[in-house]
Amino acid sequence: MDRQIVLQMNHIMKIYGNGVVANEDVSLELRKGEIHALLGENGAGKSTLMKVLFGIEAPDQGEIVLNGKATVIKSPQDAISKGIGMVHQHFMLVPSLTVAENIILGVAPKKGLFIDMDKAIEAAANIAKEYNFEVDVRQRVEEIPVGIKQKVEILKALYRGAQILILDEPTAVLTPQETDELFVQLMKLREKGHTIIFISHKLDEIKKICDRATIMRNGRSMGTYEVADISTQEMSKLMVGREISLQFDKKPQHLTSKTLLKVRNLTVYNTQGVLKVDNLSFDIKGGEILGIAGVEGNGQTELIDTLTGLNKKYKGQIQIKGKEIAGSSIADIRGMKVAHIPEDRMTTGCASTLSIQENLFSYQFRDPAYSGKVLLKQKEIEKRSDSLIKEFLVKCKSRKQNVGMLSGGNIQKVIVAREFSTAPDIIIANQPTRGIDVGAAAFIRQRLLDFRDAGCAVILVSADLTEVFSLSDRLAVMYKGKFAGFFTDVGSVTEEELGQHMLGIKQDERLEGVLYE
Amino acid sequence: MWSSILSPDFFSAILRAATPILFAALASSIASKAGITNMALEGIMLFSALFGVIFSSLTQSAWLGMLITMVLGGLIGLALAFFVLNLKTDEILAAIAINLTATGGTVLLMVAFSGDRGVSSSIRSVSAPSVVIPLVDQIPFIGQILSGQNVMVWMSLLAVVILHLFLYKTPMGLAIRAVGENKNAAESVGISSRKVQYIALIISGALAALGGFYLSGGYMNMFTKDMTSGRGYIGLAAASMGGNTPVGGFLVSLLFGMAQALANIMQLTSVMPYEIILMIPYLTTLVGLGVYYYAQKRKKERLSGK
Amino acid sequence: MNSAKKFDVLRTILSVLIALAISFVIIFLVSEQPFEAIKNLLIGPLTSKRNMGNVVESMIPLIFTGTGVCIMFSANQINLGGEGAFHMGGLVASIIAIWVTGKFVSPVLALICAGLVGALFTAIPAIMKITTSASEMVSSLMINYVALYFGNYMLNNVIGDPAASAASYKLSEASELPVLVDGTRVHLGIIIALAVAVLGYVFLYRTKMGYQLRITGENEEFARYSGINIVKVILVSQLLGGFVIGLGGGVEMLSPIYSRFTWTSLLGYGWDAIIICTLAKKNPLYTPFAALFLAYLRTGASIMARRTDVTLEIVQITQGIIILLVVAEQFLSKYKHKMIAREAKAALKDEEVA
Repeated sequence: MDRQIVLQMNHIMKIYGNGVVANEDVSLELRKGEIHALLGENGAGKSTLMKVLFGIEAPDQGEIVLNGKATVIKSPQDAISKGIGMVHQHFMLVPSLTVAENIILGVAPKKGLFIDMDKAIEAAANIAKEYNFEVDVRQRVEEIPVGIKQKVEILKALYRGAQILILDEPTAVLTPQETDELFVQLMKLREKGHTIIFISHKLDEIKKICDRATIMRNGRSMGTYEVADISTQEMSKLMVGREISLQFDKKPQHLTSKTLLKVRNLTVYNTQGVLKVDNLSFDIKGGEILGIAGVEGNGQTELIDTLTGLNKKYKGQIQIKGKEIAGSSIADIRGMKVAHIPEDRMTTGCASTLSIQENLFSYQFRDPAYSGKVLLKQKEIEKRSDSLIKEFLVKCKSRKQNVGMLSGGNIQKVIVAREFSTAPDIIIANQPTRGIDVGAAAFIRQRLLDFRDAGCAVILVSADLTEVFSLSDRLAVMYKGKFAGFFTDVGSVTEEELGQHMLGIKQDERLEGVLYE
Repeated sequence: MWSSILSPDFFSAILRAATPILFAALASSIASKAGITNMALEGIMLFSALFGVIFSSLTQSAWLGMLITMVLGGLIGLALAFFVLNLKTDEILAAIAINLTATGGTVLLMVAFSGDRGVSSSIRSVSAPSVVIPLVDQIPFIGQILSGQNVMVWMSLLAVVILHLFLYKTPMGLAIRAVGENKNAAESVGISSRKVQYIALIISGALAALGGFYLSGGYMNMFTKDMTSGRGYIGLAAASMGGNTPVGGFLVSLLFGMAQALANIMQLTSVMPYEIILMIPYLTTLVGLGVYYYAQKRKKERLSGK
Repeated sequence: MNSAKKFDVLRTILSVLIALAISFVIIFLVSEQPFEAIKNLLIGPLTSKRNMGNVVESMIPLIFTGTGVCIMFSANQINLGGEGAFHMGGLVASIIAIWVTGKFVSPVLALICAGLVGALFTAIPAIMKITTSASEMVSSLMINYVALYFGNYMLNNVIGDPAASAASYKLSEASELPVLVDGTRVHLGIIIALAVAVLGYVFLYRTKMGYQLRITGENEEFARYSGINIVKVILVSQLLGGFVIGLGGGVEMLSPIYSRFTWTSLLGYGWDAIIICTLAKKNPLYTPFAALFLAYLRTGASIMARRTDVTLEIVQITQGIIILLVVAEQFLSKYKHKMIAREAKAALKDEEVA
């Protein structure tokens, strides 16, 4: 059955100021009353495409045809007035206001000078009722659970007359029950003729409620498919598939006998009380790289934060070199020769307003080689800074330059130089090469291999499959806080298989080789 | 002593002393609700105390003088907004700059205008009148408290109500609260946060100007050097402790007014050194701030921790 | 020096010049003898030994409070309690100087206690912030008044001299800091002040604790990740900053300027300190220069006020404008952008050549 086409995005191209081509010739077509999945990995260009549609970014090429007419969408306001609504992943709600107030914000019904609050509550309640959303519109947003907050976001868009609704990974923050409820509601919206763009990388969910899916990879669309006609395997292949693996001079492995890190039954909840790491156990010895692949948001961040002491609320045991870390400070853990390359280099990894030298020694200044009881040994620090800058090929004017003035790749090199210069026994690297140039990335990867060869235990969390494939000796795939798959022979794993584990299509119950005892 | 404390005179003294702080607290509330700390209140009040004297004497009308003072106060608020929002100046440092300029500028202006140095005794200003409201003054006790109060005391009470209605019942008030709490949320529905913050700071400046006007044209009948003596800062603290709501600010301002009035009585009795009494409002605010923020912190932890 | 720093210096100088220009305009508007006034303002301090002495003497409290605020603000704590810490320092020093008459013992004990009381004082907002998360800015504004009224209470009830009006008993002669230059009131305090500025610099930029303090101030999360104990760092910064400011209050009180405690209102050094800190870019080593500038301006203004019809307070306007322009990030930002872009291009060219 061919239904009316409400929106076409034709040959959209978007190049960002820094030269990144986020969308290169992407086309998307929406039919009235469908739930249309937009599927792709992080960085595939989904968000950019939606930003173009919602008027946040202007495309460099291509056109948008809305209800048969070519249009330019200048701003989010413009998009809203044209009947496009967006529910962002991070909620755009004002916590201390009531649900009704949030819904009518900016378009309040008036009575004289004042807001007609009765009318506002009635209107909000009506729209909730019309779409069967069970929401008490008088409650304050700060007092309602996440699932309801999301409903409020959807109601906000509907109240503004949205016919096309963009949902950016709507289930990422929801419990399974809340997800089911959301799906029922989305199907109701579909019945009423609304068109929904459902951004996700959860294939089971797409199978469950989407009519068609457009799959994106590397800024290009890989085609639009009727969901009923395509298997999850095929979808994952289109989404993840990769041609080449990186070439490294990877030496044969020499495991040391000692288990350096031992994790047993680790369970972590995030600050919202959502289960993020689910009863996880693993071991790692010196001389190996344990890769952790997975779609972002499946508990990798929480796992790493807990191992490095940034998060102290957990259940289970973590032993570093046989010593339980409960009660240890971050400095204590670092003192056990653990290095940490953090996920977010600007907020956690450096102080952009301090110099390269000052960033290089934020931990190591304690070393007697670089400080006495009170004073820093300035000369030694300067000398060491210069040699680190040289060794790690940091492109800069001098060690006194502020880190914020450097390029992303060079900032990352400064961070890596700092962490690697502590002669670590355990390296925990979270997305160490994300968003940096090819040269810097290759350099950092080679360094990780060098440390492995020198007997160091390396945990590598990365969303870049090529990277985990080429570096890891053992490879875990994290899905919903658990290892959905574990491979000791990384060379024999196909990308397809990996993709299926990443997306939760395949979940191994027994994991061979996770533990050493 | 107790008889003097329980007398209507005492309560009316509380209101008089609370009024300038109340205006400052209201000015601080609206700025805070829009997400900006307006520490320049102190300077705006000081400028306004002088402007009030000058312009009421030039126009020979308290009302015209008050109007001009409010406009000028609003303009200083506008200038603060320009520096903070357009030039990205740190809001605290910008406020310190304005306050310093006010300390010197008022003296300079006074000298230039009248030749007076410390006190504006040669400027013939017109103060805001006192009012007796016919029926209210018949009510026993309360009538005695309210009757004959300066019109600006009434205006400050009215301002609490108006500001409350404005913030909680009008579309602009809703926008201000939304911008202060979650700028992105407000922007995502088409509210210009910059415009909203400009409006909030202009209103904040005008309210502070009323507080300043009252000091030199109600509480006293002249301008003296540095006459605000920290009332702007106290207003800031009062608003903060009152949760940045107009009604909360009103209650905390009364506390300050009471301590001030009590100190004035104690000065005559000598039960307790009056300097210690004068400390009470500040100490109370300190404790109040601690308790208020601790409760907020716990609440947040409860909400996130489950 | 890289272009960003060069730009900062340039902008600071330009801000000062603009502020002076505006002040001159104001002088032309209000004065009948503007040229005379400007002349006195600009070169008055150089006209006599006594005037030059005045400049140096007024630098002293500014260096102390400026250095203290540099230390507190470097940890990114907006603690405005300097005003009260200075007051308390002066009060405690005078109490000790009244009762302790031993040579050497009296001033040393007085200064140490002044510093300690200042430290405890500025620590209060920090402790409140750590335990209850109440804004240190608001609470520090409040405790300043507690200091003021406590001082008034002590003056009126404990150390007040019944024979004098609003003044304490005489400070013991043994406590007075010696004058260094005859014919002026330049006293030992200037040596202590300069030493404090240098030590402040050494602390912030050469010690382990100072390094941790600045990391925490620039990016608290990075500091935590690096294993720095943030609570300890914040406490130390506020204690030390307050110590320096309290010490400054003590030094001022023991200087030849005062023979009795007479402070019945806050003196404003806490606010001046913020100007100094802003001009010195949070580096204590630059505070003497910033203090010299401010002291020179003030001495010039007071000479101008004595000799002409322009009032002293004009300097406060000048200071206000300087701060506004120095901290306005976007002021001249277009020029800054051009300057950096030009340099980046030049660097690219160099690379091509190499």
